[in-house]
Amino acid sequence: MADEKVKTIGEDPDDILLEPIFKTGRGFYITVGILLAIVAWAGIAYMSQLIWGLGVTNLNRPVYWGMYITNFVFFIGISHAGTLISAILRIAKAEWRRAITRSAEIITVMVLFIGAANPFVDMGRPDRLLNPIIYGRFQSPLLWDMVSITTYLTASTVYLYIPMIPDIALIRDRSEGKIRKLVYSILALGWEGTPLQWKVLERLIAIMAIVVIPVAVSVHTVVSYVFAMTVQPMWHSTVFGPYFVAGAIFSGIAALIIAMAVLRKAFNLENYIRRVHFENMSLLLLVMTLLWFYFTFCEYITTFYGAEPVHMAVFWEKFSGRFSPYFWVMCITCFVIPFTILCNKKTRTITGIVIASVSVTIGMWLERFCIIVPTLANPRLPYDRGNYFPSWVEFSEMAGCFAGFILLYVLFTKFFPVISIWEIKEGRKKSVQEVSERVESYLPGLKNEPERAD
Amino acid sequence: MPRWGMVIDLDKCTGCGACIIACNSENNIGLSDPQLFREGRSIRWMDILTIEEGEYPDVKKKIMPRPCFHCDKPPCTKVCPVRATYKGDGGLVGQIYPRCIGCRYCTTACPYTVRYFDWYVPYWPSEMMATLNPDVSVRPKGVVEKCSFCHHRWQKAKELARSENRDMREDDYVPACVESCPGKAMYFGDLDNPQHRVTVLSKSRRASRLLEDLGTEPKVYYLLKGE
Ligand code: SF4
Ligand code: SF4
Repeated sequence: MADEKVKTIGEDPDDILLEPIFKTGRGFYITVGILLAIVAWAGIAYMSQLIWGLGVTNLNRPVYWGMYITNFVFFIGISHAGTLISAILRIAKAEWRRAITRSAEIITVMVLFIGAANPFVDMGRPDRLLNPIIYGRFQSPLLWDMVSITTYLTASTVYLYIPMIPDIALIRDRSEGKIRKLVYSILALGWEGTPLQWKVLERLIAIMAIVVIPVAVSVHTVVSYVFAMTVQPMWHSTVFGPYFVAGAIFSGIAALIIAMAVLRKAFNLENYIRRVHFENMSLLLLVMTLLWFYFTFCEYITTFYGAEPVHMAVFWEKFSGRFSPYFWVMCITCFVIPFTILCNKKTRTITGIVIASVSVTIGMWLERFCIIVPTLANPRLPYDRGNYFPSWVEFSEMAGCFAGFILLYVLFTKFFPVISIWEIKEGRKKSVQEVSERVESYLPGLKNEPERAD
Repeated sequence: MPRWGMVIDLDKCTGCGACIIACNSENNIGLSDPQLFREGRSIRWMDILTIEEGEYPDVKKKIMPRPCFHCDKPPCTKVCPVRATYKGDGGLVGQIYPRCIGCRYCTTACPYTVRYFDWYVPYWPSEMMATLNPDVSVRPKGVVEKCSFCHHRWQKAKELARSENRDMREDDYVPACVESCPGKAMYFGDLDNPQHRVTVLSKSRRASRLLEDLGTEPKVYYLLKGE
């Protein structure tokens, strides 16, 4: 790669990865147009909330938190796919990662913006945005959230950016327009592909991959603490930290699978994102499905056996009361559907895997909703009972969140390749040899066996 | 420093609702209407809970006035990201409207659900605007509010005492609800003063506090039905 000559498009097999950057099709404009329209609509809905107050939502006393906070937890959860999965795969030296790490990392960075925006939409006084910085109290779990999410956003942006530098340099060399060339040369940080630069790059990637894992785990643990640190029924639970982290990875993997399927179709990447990627990711998803079931089971069985009336009030609301439709649909979409599809070789096709992922995404949204709303609707004192169903403004904001996320993703693909080109090339050059050497090193009875002293 | 507290004798409470009205007008609480009530958005710092127990034909109906309990260990102040709610002088749990960001974390953390949010700008008919209490700030939309034990009355009592060159007498300061109760079912005073009626009553065998097992140490005591 270091001695790569400047080429024009069409000579290199990997040029298909650069195509969306140099050519803009009609599909791009249409997609961006539709997404912009939805985001604009959400903006109008938000204006109404600014003018009249949070009264335009259907929040009330005692259900003070609803869809916005659900979205917050959900989107922050999705963000765990990218960076975390990519880091784990890199550290585990999983060779098949090469084609999907970039697309995963983009999810993290983009969705974090959307997730972090939700508490601001939920704020009664958005004009006092800076108060948590001016008067911040570190005893409040909300401050822990702010810190861990900002750290995660910074770390995962760096982690997305560093492995992109050689690709940016490649685009720089291929660009013709003046401004374009300038922008990419600034971003490329003078990358020339010298051996020293490669060494530094690989070092940095290795360090970042390790750094982001604890940060990612801390993020959703702290998000769960927002609930677990209060004494409200069924929130005050020690399992919440790991339960939220597992749920986050679960929904994140599902989101990544959906993204892989869309990218593959939209950019004709069938050669890069192959069945094996879906297959491997689906096995991860299956493991997480079981883990999710395990956590959910732990959470509810202990509540049920403890049988404290205040907790049971919430418990029965979920099992057979007003929130039972959400709860049972959650069980079906988070467990029954993905488990059935992924367990069976016949249904574990790419289509099947994508269906399971969509189902998990829906289910995990409902899971967040089922954690937040039924508890608030049934507070400790039995005199205040509430109900909640989101208003059109809240639905618009949610649509805006999804559209905004996709829009950011689409715009990203316009400027940077969604598959790491140099990693693919490197893989072609080195991995086959490396992997066979690795296998040889731990299988006894093969040639070149070194003398073992230990 | 006193530790202000309240004792409510449930045997004496007739459920007339005078405390609610007194509180609403004392504290400039925005007017509600049936629509707001149905949506669960009317504000009443002081409310009367009605509790029905048992099944026909053995039904009991209890009534219970409920302010903020000004917990000695308040879960609400613990979670506020900006210290817009805090436990201040006299053990009163206060609220700083110009600082609150409206995140509603405190409302979800209070186990007694006695905190209220301003979903809209509070509303009064123009005739009522002239009768607003100048000692209490009118809340803007988007902040949280709750019973303050008529904190402003304490300030006034202290100033009056100072202008008359004397110490503040204990009964110079009572919240509007206590003052207005026709049945004299409510008592208010310094819980650290062993002679005061509230302290004596709070140690009575009939005294109990709501959700005592949570360790929030509310400073409002209820005297349950006598034998
Ligand atoms: S009753 Fe609720 S609002 Fe009042 S001090 Fe206690 S926790 Fe805070
Ligand atoms: S709503 Fe206001 S008082 Fe309550 S926690 Fe948030 S900032 Fe603090």
